Amino acid sequence: MKKTLAMILALCMVFALCACGAQPAAQPAEQVSQPAEQASQPAEQASQPAEAPAAKIKIGMVTDVGGVNDKSFNQTSWEGLQALQAEDPTFDVKYLESKTDADYQTNINTFIDDGYDLIICVGYMLADATRQAAEANPDQKFAIIDDDTNADLPNVACLMFAQEQASYLVGIVAGSYTKTKTVGYVQGMVFPSMNKFGVGFISGVLSVCPDAKILQYNANNFGDSAGGATAAKDMITKGADVIYHAAGGTGMGVIEACNEEGIWAIGVDTDQSNLAPDHVLTSAMKRVDTASQDISKAVKDGTFKGGVYLYDLSNNGVGIAPTTTHISDEVLALVKQAMEDIGSGKIVVPTLAEEVPEFTLAD
Amino acid sequence: MTKKKSVLDFIAEHRFLHILLSILMGFIVGAVFLVIMKLSVVEAYGKLISSITTLKGFSYVIVYSIPYIVVGLSVAFSFKTGVFNIGAEGQFVCGSMAAACVGILFSNLPGIILIPLCFIAAMIAGAIWALIVAFLKTKWGINEVLSMIMFNWIAFYLSNYIAGIPAIHSDGTAEATKNIADQARTLFPSSFISKFKLAPTFNWGFIVAVLVTVLIWFIIEKTTLGYQLKAVGSNKNAALYGGIGVNRSILTSLGISGALAGLGGALQLMGMGGRISVFSSQEGFGFAGIVVALIGCSNPFGVLAAGIFYGALNYGGSKLNLVDVPTQLISVIVGTVVFFISISIVFERLKYVGSKLHRDTPKKAPDTEKGEGSDKK
Repeated sequence: MKKTLAMILALCMVFALCACGAQPAAQPAEQVSQPAEQASQPAEQASQPAEAPAAKIKIGMVTDVGGVNDKSFNQTSWEGLQALQAEDPTFDVKYLESKTDADYQTNINTFIDDGYDLIICVGYMLADATRQAAEANPDQKFAIIDDDTNADLPNVACLMFAQEQASYLVGIVAGSYTKTKTVGYVQGMVFPSMNKFGVGFISGVLSVCPDAKILQYNANNFGDSAGGATAAKDMITKGADVIYHAAGGTGMGVIEACNEEGIWAIGVDTDQSNLAPDHVLTSAMKRVDTASQDISKAVKDGTFKGGVYLYDLSNNGVGIAPTTTHISDEVLALVKQAMEDIGSGKIVVPTLAEEVPEFTLAD
Repeated sequence: MTKKKSVLDFIAEHRFLHILLSILMGFIVGAVFLVIMKLSVVEAYGKLISSITTLKGFSYVIVYSIPYIVVGLSVAFSFKTGVFNIGAEGQFVCGSMAAACVGILFSNLPGIILIPLCFIAAMIAGAIWALIVAFLKTKWGINEVLSMIMFNWIAFYLSNYIAGIPAIHSDGTAEATKNIADQARTLFPSSFISKFKLAPTFNWGFIVAVLVTVLIWFIIEKTTLGYQLKAVGSNKNAALYGGIGVNRSILTSLGISGALAGLGGALQLMGMGGRISVFSSQEGFGFAGIVVALIGCSNPFGVLAAGIFYGALNYGGSKLNLVDVPTQLISVIVGTVVFFISISIVFERLKYVGSKLHRDTPKKAPDTEKGEGSDKK
């Protein structure tokens, strides 16, 4: 008897908690949804215009395991899409984060099931999952960043970046600014498309400072900021006074360590000077945001087609960060000259590890 | 009876209610965060529910829950015997890599031999990984928690190393292993999957997970081995006094626990991924197993339910971005649930101490006796 009574009491309490918790929760939410409608992307907006004749262009982005806040290409790409939506509300952009390798397929399928117009897969890690989905769904449009193995499929746009060119430019800056003639380079992982960063950077450094010593480290990890800091400190004790990283989250540690020790760091992918304004010399930019926007617009205009889209210096797809407060005019002139020379073909920045014997990570 | 039993007392005596309340609290705290972020609670939870209640969604939940259940069992088994297997992550990685190697290198074998071979390889690899730690503990008394955390990282880099060996590494540009042989996959036939529009990775690993659940329950509850392990878990000295080899028990317990975590890795690989990528960060199945074991009160059937719950949260949670809700909401909910379950354990301890104190005052003695009796049920 007493047990059942207690059970009922307990149930009452559960419901009481439910009621207490849910009601105040639900009401303010309804209130805020109104002002939020004017903001860039309220959820209701998605359902409303669905009834209107002009259908939304639905763009879905699948991140790699770095997640959407990786301060690198996932984030840049997402920010680009958000900016696109703010500027042209006919776009409806959403993203799905992947936690493991097995999530890529699931996330891509979610977008396919929900009828998205374009699925942007961020990163070469999604190459195989993209191929599988693109072959199974030939009418679905895909775009993939940093991968050209899917270029043969008519429904996949491969957005490639000449990262060696941007790295070459920051290499010139690094070579001009090192007093100890020792620069450091931290790479996230060793494989051909990542090696382009190191190859370009080293060629850039050597072009202005032929006897420079380049300390190199392969973190084998894109998410280990503590490991990045350790590697950077090790390089600093060996005399490095400028360190460039192409290592995603690991690079956050590199920049932190440089900031602590008071030497120059060079950022990658986005303008990373806000991470340590006094010690980030410059950054090698990769306009993943522009690329994502372009391909989304192409879907809207009906000009989408498969194949490789190359983003390099000539179309501002890569470049040097707009923040140049720490760089002297002479060095900027050097950089500008190099940009012209690359554009005119006078300088051809190497892309393969074999072309630059000083690059030792690939061995 | 004149005694007034408060509702809280009652809840404290029933683990199941504890858990349900903790889960409820998790969702309430999640709702509070949603309100703070000015997002719609109804929409967020609606999406969570709607994405798992379709047939396809539910089949995804089942697929997602398989590794959580098996790794949860692994951790729960070690909990029962007084060892904290925080190394399930590393054992999981070793298990999946061993299964991948077998699945890639012996691709000419028929499935009926290859699949059990993959399972066995994974279990042996997981068990060895756990036994090294267990050996260090029993031989030299090295704290197992510390060495396990380090072994997780050794497994992480070992797996990345093996994935880079030419015989294992993908022929394409992918930074991953080759795909394991098709006959080593545990997938249901594709005609079956497309007929019912299920998840493309729907596989029979779930049946294995259920069978393992029953087996572990049987070992813990119905065998001498289970009794010995539990005795060591509740009181090492008493067990030793009763003639149970404590060191041998720890070795057995961690060995079985490691084998289970390894099996979890194989099931995930053979069902879901089909290959192992070069990790850029820990995938966290082992740590999820700890949460699942905690929610499941270390009871095998509890773990089964908790694993499905965790799988549902994770699959449903991954869809939250579609309604502009950050997926981190799931971490908030899970964190809160774990927090409240842990609090309840603290309360129980306090009550236990309290009842001991009460026993000294003769008036209340029969009362507490009764309370303790129902505790043990």
